[in-house]
Amino acid sequence: MIIDKDVIIIGAGPAGLAAAVELKKNGVEKLVVIEREPFAGGILNQCIHDGFGVIKFNEVLTGPEYAQRYIDQAEKLCVEVLTSSMVINMSREKEITVLSPKGLVVYRAKSVILAMGCRERTRGALGIPGTRPAGIFTAGVAQHFVNLKNIMIGKRIVILGSGDIGLIMARRLTLEGSKVIAVVEKMSYSNGLARNVTQCLEDYDIPLLLSHTVINIEGKERLKSVTIAKVDDKGEPVRGTSQKVDCDTLILSVGLIPENELSKDAGMKLDEVTQGAVVDENLQTSIEGVFACGNVLQVHDLADHVSNEAEKAARSVINYLANGFEPQSKVEVIAGMGIRYVIPQAISGKRDTTFSMRVDRQWVDRKLNFSTCGRLIKSFKYKRLNPSEMVVVNLKTSDLKDVESLEVSISEE
Amino acid sequence: MKSEREITCIVCPNGCKLEVICNDTLIVKNALCPKGEEYARNEVMNPVRTVTSTVKVCDGVLPLVSVRSNKPVPKEKIPEIIQLLKEVELDAPVEFHQIIYGDILGAGADIIATREVKRSK
Repeated sequence: MIIDKDVIIIGAGPAGLAAAVELKKNGVEKLVVIEREPFAGGILNQCIHDGFGVIKFNEVLTGPEYAQRYIDQAEKLCVEVLTSSMVINMSREKEITVLSPKGLVVYRAKSVILAMGCRERTRGALGIPGTRPAGIFTAGVAQHFVNLKNIMIGKRIVILGSGDIGLIMARRLTLEGSKVIAVVEKMSYSNGLARNVTQCLEDYDIPLLLSHTVINIEGKERLKSVTIAKVDDKGEPVRGTSQKVDCDTLILSVGLIPENELSKDAGMKLDEVTQGAVVDENLQTSIEGVFACGNVLQVHDLADHVSNEAEKAARSVINYLANGFEPQSKVEVIAGMGIRYVIPQAISGKRDTTFSMRVDRQWVDRKLNFSTCGRLIKSFKYKRLNPSEMVVVNLKTSDLKDVESLEVSISEE
Repeated sequence: MKSEREITCIVCPNGCKLEVICNDTLIVKNALCPKGEEYARNEVMNPVRTVTSTVKVCDGVLPLVSVRSNKPVPKEKIPEIIQLLKEVELDAPVEFHQIIYGDILGAGADIIATREVKRSK
């Protein structure tokens, strides 16, 4: 038996919930949200620190409270959320196979919103030499153990990578009684937000070793030590700078990867840089009627931006249900000098468009330029631009008139 | 006595690099919004933070409930507050925004639950 729906949302984290609320508010009734975990809220449930909601609600909330805002709205609007249920397949015809407590269920939807979020890069992805002892965790797994399961993970801790979750965990584990020896970052700048370096590291006198990395892991049963070395500007360890640091735990906070296995199996076109779907200004993917938002599209640094993006995807779905298919737009958006990626990757130029992007290195006093065939359309000034901070800008339809291709680049003032 | 320091504002994700000049009066530069100026003043006079942690729960669907102070508390009191919260054990159910610990350490802030934890069947 196949259950027909107007919209299926995969994932009930900040993206999925915000999309569901926006759809239901606009009268989309036949809607189901499918969530793998027993609770809605996604990763926000373990992000017990504050700092969420400043943009969306002009209030400072913790992760669980931010999630609750959307869970409450979803409940009030009677959104169907299927928990403890995992999507195991999505076809190009938008048939979704779900493994649920009731058994195998197959849905067919007119439109699908992908909101599966992301997962963490692991030691395997870094290829750090050494033994394979217990005591090596990704930052999110450490956070899950400490904040949800009441399990402490170690006493003497080294954190590799200065992603926000790593910084947050440095503070959390210090307050819980562990000694965080250092946060080690291969780049010459922090990968986390400036405010997290201040309130998580500086407040607790935790050293941040920039341009350093872990070059070896030692220990048989449990981690005994790691070897840390300085790296040169190519990221290669510098001879004679290595030092052995005794520790029982290594936490990795070295990046997030959009979780796109379902999209890949469906033959969706993915972007090599973001590892998320290639989308147009409607956030529609290369598969008709399938839209993507949140961390499965691009890794965000703020949940507030995720909610905004999800609401945008929902509005596109409403338009799709009402007015039918609009082929993926044709005008290519190119990440030029200084820009790592830009989303959307293609636009029509026929409507106001939101662009989100990341720069490829730190820039000070620079201009962010939008140009078509060498003609400058619009330019924005920035005091500083950091790879750790997503840049979001809006262009009006009038700005985008007659564009043939759109290049985004950084230049001197 | 004149002194200058740079403070990274933690109020919002912008993370403004505030330049603070302490003279007879306090001058704050580079703040994108008024909240930054207030933060810098506090940071110089009496640094405060919102404290977040977890508290044990018996017979709940989760063994912990996440909590926070409903107002920022003096920074130096945070380790002691965390120690106090380690001693607390609640019985499920715990309601959303339930007061877990009133006026903790006389800091003028209550510790409240930031999620609900239902009773396990």
